[in-house]
Amino acid sequence: MKDPVNRRTFMKIAGTSIGVGALFTVSPLLGASPAGRRIAELLGKKNGEAPTPFSFVQLSDTHVGFSGPPNPLGTLAFEKAVDLINNLKERPDLVLFTGDLTHDSENPGEHADRMRLFQKIASRLKVPLIKSVPGEHDAGLDGGKLFRENFGETHYSFDHRGVHFIALDNVSLARPNVGPEQIAWLKKDLERFPTTAPIVVFTHRPLFDLRPDWEWFTGDGDEVMNALAPYENVTVLYGHIHREHTHTEGQTTHIAARSLIFAFPDPEVGGPKKPIPFHPQKPFQNLGLRVVQEPGARAGSSPRIQDVELTLREFSGTVGVQQLLKEGVSL
Amino acid sequence: MKYARILALLLLSTLVMTASARGQEPRAIVITAKRFEFVPSTITLKKGETVKLIVTSEDVTHGLFLRPLKIDTDLAPGETQQLTVTPQTAGTFAAICHHFCGAGHGNMKLTVVVE
Repeated sequence: MKDPVNRRTFMKIAGTSIGVGALFTVSPLLGASPAGRRIAELLGKKNGEAPTPFSFVQLSDTHVGFSGPPNPLGTLAFEKAVDLINNLKERPDLVLFTGDLTHDSENPGEHADRMRLFQKIASRLKVPLIKSVPGEHDAGLDGGKLFRENFGETHYSFDHRGVHFIALDNVSLARPNVGPEQIAWLKKDLERFPTTAPIVVFTHRPLFDLRPDWEWFTGDGDEVMNALAPYENVTVLYGHIHREHTHTEGQTTHIAARSLIFAFPDPEVGGPKKPIPFHPQKPFQNLGLRVVQEPGARAGSSPRIQDVELTLREFSGTVGVQQLLKEGVSL
Repeated sequence: MKYARILALLLLSTLVMTASARGQEPRAIVITAKRFEFVPSTITLKKGETVKLIVTSEDVTHGLFLRPLKIDTDLAPGETQQLTVTPQTAGTFAAICHHFCGAGHGNMKLTVVVE
């Protein structure tokens, strides 16, 4: 029997990203119909959990350890993002980090220290679940060895409230590739799901050709997307490009989150791939949260969007970035 | 005498063929990859001209990737690769290192001008 589930009636993942990341709200659009109950029952069997509404946040490219002109404030934006998430009215269930948690170092000891500092900051998040994938700055030099020692496997999957989450590693081979072994694992992982299952893939590099000449692509991304093609409700979350971007191809929407360290320019405008310069008067420009409240069962209603942008005003008594740098700020 | 003439003709044709083959030998361009640059940083090719790129990495493993010319290879240190290309489209292209090689990796590129 064909599963009586379709994309419209099953589940909606709404979200967008700004500044420090993205907050996504997952809402079943089931209503109270018998069909809806049957869908929930079916997915509960498939996933082990029946779908229920929840929200989650995506953060990306914290680059802990980075030091340079594009951002002299180090981990300040990351730490502020943690505070913002902890103060959200509706606490998210989950925070996903989509790579480049740390900036690479030639010295493995120093790189390990950066991973520990990342963990120290991330551990302040008051959320039940934190998951991550590596970026090339975390895993490109040693094939992911240090990342695995500190964070666990670089690819895996898990179910949460009826949504299947898949972490894909497209950096540990040093080249922008997922690799045949992981693609075989992915196909096997997907086998148990109906084509209507809600799936969130999170990875570092884009799985489509955004700007191959900027290394904004995954060489075997097509094979990954072919494996996912039969599935009607797939969202891919990624980082790497240090800016917001949404791309829809087939049945899949690919969404990038901004970085927490500096931004790259719009790839579609032209010009070189250079970090957008630090603005001393607006050190946190573009950093903030966009909170999307999905109306839930009222299918067709527009989501309510609230933007929260970091500003210097949040640091009581400070008048400029020079003061921040000179005196430090207690977060 | 007759055999000697035939032998001389064969020899001549071989020489001509060799010279002809030499005349078609593609132009060679030597490129060195090192952290975090290609040397030279710009090469100029001609549309329709077959060129041999002789590429070596002098430190760590790098990559060389330029989809319009179907270049997609790793460059192990100390190893020399010969890549034969015939560009069909004029323009300026950025070939990149796509094997992560360290902090400056993201800026390691080779500009390829096709006239």
